[in-house]
Amino acid sequence: MAIITFREALRQALDEEMARETGVVVMGEEVAQYDGAYKVTKGLLDKYGPDRVLDTPITELGFTGLAVGAAFAGMRPVVEWMTFQFGLLAIDQLIHNAVKYRSMSGGQFKCPMVVRGPNGPAEYLGGQHSQSFASYFVHVPGFKVVAPSTPYDAKGLLKAAIRDDNPVIFLESEMSYGHKGEVPEEEYLIEIGKADVKREGTDVTLISFSKPVLMCLHAAEELAKEGINAEVVDLRSLVPLDKETVYASVRKTNRAVVVDEAWPKASVGSWIQAEVMKDCFDDLDAAVELVASEDVPMIYNHTVELEIQPTVAKIVAAAKRVLYRA
Amino acid sequence: MRPIKGYDKEFLHGLLKEMLLIRRFEEKAGQMYGLKKIGGFCHLYNGQEAVCSGAAAGMKRGLDRLLTGYRDHGHALALGLSPESLMAELYGKATGCSKGKGGSMHMFDYDKGMWGGNGIVGGQIPLATGSAFAQKHQKDGGATIVFFGDGAIHQGAFHEAMNLAAIWKLPVVFVCENNQYGMGTSVDRASSVTDLYIKGQAYDIPSKIVDGMDVIAVMEEVKDAMDTARKEFQPSFLEIKTYRYKGHSMSDPAKYRTKEETEAFLAQDPIVLLKARMEEAKLITDEQYKEMDKQLKEVVMRSVEFAENSPEPALEEMYTDIYA
Repeated sequence: MAIITFREALRQALDEEMARETGVVVMGEEVAQYDGAYKVTKGLLDKYGPDRVLDTPITELGFTGLAVGAAFAGMRPVVEWMTFQFGLLAIDQLIHNAVKYRSMSGGQFKCPMVVRGPNGPAEYLGGQHSQSFASYFVHVPGFKVVAPSTPYDAKGLLKAAIRDDNPVIFLESEMSYGHKGEVPEEEYLIEIGKADVKREGTDVTLISFSKPVLMCLHAAEELAKEGINAEVVDLRSLVPLDKETVYASVRKTNRAVVVDEAWPKASVGSWIQAEVMKDCFDDLDAAVELVASEDVPMIYNHTVELEIQPTVAKIVAAAKRVLYRA
Repeated sequence: MRPIKGYDKEFLHGLLKEMLLIRRFEEKAGQMYGLKKIGGFCHLYNGQEAVCSGAAAGMKRGLDRLLTGYRDHGHALALGLSPESLMAELYGKATGCSKGKGGSMHMFDYDKGMWGGNGIVGGQIPLATGSAFAQKHQKDGGATIVFFGDGAIHQGAFHEAMNLAAIWKLPVVFVCENNQYGMGTSVDRASSVTDLYIKGQAYDIPSKIVDGMDVIAVMEEVKDAMDTARKEFQPSFLEIKTYRYKGHSMSDPAKYRTKEETEAFLAQDPIVLLKARMEEAKLITDEQYKEMDKQLKEVVMRSVEFAENSPEPALEEMYTDIYA
């Protein structure tokens, strides 16, 4: 298998799906002539032309709403938000239109579109560019929400997202675009709604999604040095949520730690923590722990910003607490 | 007033009949609201009938699409949705045009090009550019028309959509139904300019004022603008000056207006004006008009009976029509 970066995996997915269906168009700020702020869309303009790869003005509400309307009319737009932080300017068009017209019209509309881009903290980006907004979309019925952690998952899930007839929120991370991984030469898709056990273990389940999955894998290695065999479940998809895979793991290990780089209040992490405690109550030997970001705005200083987020040390400590080995 | 000469009798009768149907439908909707048969927000269209009727007459049915805000009963009727399916929707019945899931603000018929009413002020405007983008991409020969009120024109959605339509050359016609009030706030209190068409010029989009009490003027201007959109991918902006006789919604007694102001607009009622011109041209008699009105009142009464006798949606319906 070829070893490629996360951004190349995304690009392959876009390229293959654009070649497959002319209704797939890519739009966003700097996606065409500039090749994308993070170079995900590099080369697509040359290959598919300006009618299908569109540089937009800086007008998130305008072009996101335009994409929703185009999706209603049978196209399959892929919108790139340069960051999900800017997406807040456009969220009205998604919540009030993309996921409402089908219901409000009694099933007459479909909205096959993808909104993708980096979400969550990166490095040195300060208060307005370091936030994870997964819960904003998970909270509202009608979206599918996907958050891959590896190039393999990113490619297979993006292809599935583009073919999906619903609005799919596709969460990436600045820090992940350069990560490398194996991706097969032949075509494949990954079903949205299936979690993946990234590391098998017996003693404690670490549950996460997106970039922090890698941190969980590092934590599992640290725990192994102390004789603790951790299982890592990568949710991959937040809506629909693969409870079956999560619960099967928890029922095996009887202990769980949820890791989410968002704030802890009303978050995806706190939701999963509550679901596991409710549904696996009799199987748990300890209360489920949540390792989240601190409940504070992000700070520019690098030492402090790292400590605001989940760390390998925090995950190791939480795993030990649920094993009563702290 | 534009001349009606050149339009045949049958066509003019159709226009008059449609405006009168909308008027009678809205009166009945208001009445049924008072009887608590209809709940929630209900925004009536009385006074503005020439706008949606004229516009619909200027569209290519089955090809063009229409989007509007929450004051959407008139547009739905003008695009050929039945009074039964609308009244049933107002009643929240399963036979409504949106299966009782939308209500007054969300009348939809995808196949008829009725892309609904939107309950977020200006929220439909970006969608219209998307519809037009798809029409251009798919080369289906259609165009999209989007209506919004004078209150919506200060939303970012309007300005962002106008700019995108201009730079991407989209087949879309923007129509501001300037009924002089955004809820209770008059245009001069809310806008830096009172002639709103000026805002279109900032985007280099051909823009003009249209008399919204003259159904012929609306029809001719919309037809021109839609043809230009279709043929040249050139968007337009029409500010159609009109007036709503009722309050913003059923709960609004409209105390912010003077009796004189309302009476001045009643004197140029779009239905009365068209009827007068047709009478003058000997295309209709007062008896024929009264007979038309009687029949329409019966049509509206039948829509009430239909709604009354229709079933409620099943409770299980709450779980459907969310994911495709």
